[in-house]
Amino acid sequence: MENPVAPDLLKDYTTLNLGPTHPATHGIFQNVLKLDGEVIVDTEQTVGYIHRAFEKIAERRPFYQVTTLTDRMNYCSSPINNIGWHMTVEKLIQVEIPKRAQYIRVIIMELARIADHIICNAVIGVDTGALTGFTYMFQWREKIYDIYEQICGARLTTNIGRIGGMERDLNETAIRLINEFLRDFPKVFGQFRSLLERNRIFMDRVIGTGPISAERALNYGFTGPNLRAAGVDYDVRVMNPYSSYQDFDFNIPIGTSGDTYDRFMVRNEEMVESMKIIRQALDNLPEGRHFADVPEFYLPPKEDVYTKMEALIWHFKIVMGEQDVPIGEVYHSVEGGNGELGYYLVSDGGRAAYRLHFRRPCFIYYQAYPEMIKGSMLSDAILTMSSMNVIAGELDG
Amino acid sequence: MAEITNTYIFEKLQQHFGADVLASEESYGMLSVTLNNERNVDAIKFLRDDSELQFNFLTDLCAVHYPDNVGNELCMVYHMHSFYTNLRIRLKFFIPISHPHIATITVLYEAANWQERETFDFYGVIFDGHPNLKRIVNVDEMDYFPLRREYPLEDSTRNDKADEYFGR
Repeated sequence: MENPVAPDLLKDYTTLNLGPTHPATHGIFQNVLKLDGEVIVDTEQTVGYIHRAFEKIAERRPFYQVTTLTDRMNYCSSPINNIGWHMTVEKLIQVEIPKRAQYIRVIIMELARIADHIICNAVIGVDTGALTGFTYMFQWREKIYDIYEQICGARLTTNIGRIGGMERDLNETAIRLINEFLRDFPKVFGQFRSLLERNRIFMDRVIGTGPISAERALNYGFTGPNLRAAGVDYDVRVMNPYSSYQDFDFNIPIGTSGDTYDRFMVRNEEMVESMKIIRQALDNLPEGRHFADVPEFYLPPKEDVYTKMEALIWHFKIVMGEQDVPIGEVYHSVEGGNGELGYYLVSDGGRAAYRLHFRRPCFIYYQAYPEMIKGSMLSDAILTMSSMNVIAGELDG
Repeated sequence: MAEITNTYIFEKLQQHFGADVLASEESYGMLSVTLNNERNVDAIKFLRDDSELQFNFLTDLCAVHYPDNVGNELCMVYHMHSFYTNLRIRLKFFIPISHPHIATITVLYEAANWQERETFDFYGVIFDGHPNLKRIVNVDEMDYFPLRREYPLEDSTRNDKADEYFGR
């Protein structure tokens, strides 16, 4: 299709500030749009409104204290960030985690992925004018948070797990809640899907909106559902399995055109696959301990700290950051809600990381936004942004 | 076709770049190669376009500051990933802090655009040829590069946390 925009000289363009605090952007992003009528000619993005210098802060903190920084990146699926960080340190200190802990981690990470995708897809519905689906789906995010609460005591910024395993085993309530979730969520999810997936109004709004080709997506460093919607079947869980993902049977849904509809569909299908993984992990949950034998890194149980000298010493050393770590450089990545979440850790043997760099998928793929919305309508730009699932915390780091 | 291993990749790089390959190591399974800082675009293009290696994806780029490494204080680190062979590689290019220039790789990957701006923002690395090299997450008026090691995280004059036993 020919670009309907006439040469610059003949036109008066409108400048529109979309953000920083526009309700439809679901976060603090500013886009200065250059509009020709309602058609977007150009966009200038400003990011960094909630930049908190995590990479700098991490250079002063013992490893276990960095976990709470990772929470606050993609806060829609913070357990994945936490566990990704634990695994990075475990790779550095070369410790093998018991199978049971790995399975528990998989369950939690997949629940987090569902929670992440619930938000994204429910909000796409809201942005097209369908609030109903959102009200149904959001209750289920709360139920996932109830499960987190049973495991780690927190809901949003979870600080879940420990270096060397999980802080505690799955309790009976957690298992019951997970089973209830797996039993009841598919019904509501099915209703949500039938509300939107073949809905003519919804389809007309999202098919062909904000497309990107596979080639461009790779060039822009897309990962996760956004890349898969463009037709590239790259998933860290399959390419570089971690935490026993190779034990599970699941599919990687991919799209073809990389538009908003494909991103929506890929996320929906991923939720189905995640539920399959959780079912398998729960049914085959191995016996054993939920933490590895690394007393110099794994915070001892509190009751031991009060009664055993050894545990007290380790507790003290870990909290004060006095344990020795190997010198080396590690890159580890996990499949976060938005794609490849990477940790590049340079250790000089000191109490904190010498350098810690987070590969934040949002930050990398949000660059493509101007290209994706160029020539489209303003209302499509809103949909494109919500379907890309740009999370401000992850974007700004 | 020979199986692609880290050794094989290294030999191939050495064949192609000769004396510009300065060092290499393998840490935690990932090959890490240090090259002459003038060859960064060539090296990444070579790895991307080589029909065997096919490092088609730029995973990540960032800088690290080593103040004690006089003359080569800043290190640019690029992580690349091949979706065909499922291998990853880390490339390093050291540059002096007194003249922190390196060529941009935005000509090869759009993904590098913001990441280079971020590196400029934090470390003051100047990417020659970058289309829009300005600060990205910090305020434009900032006159220093905060992730360099000379900037301590806390005000060093504060003493409310000083402790006889634990230091600091």
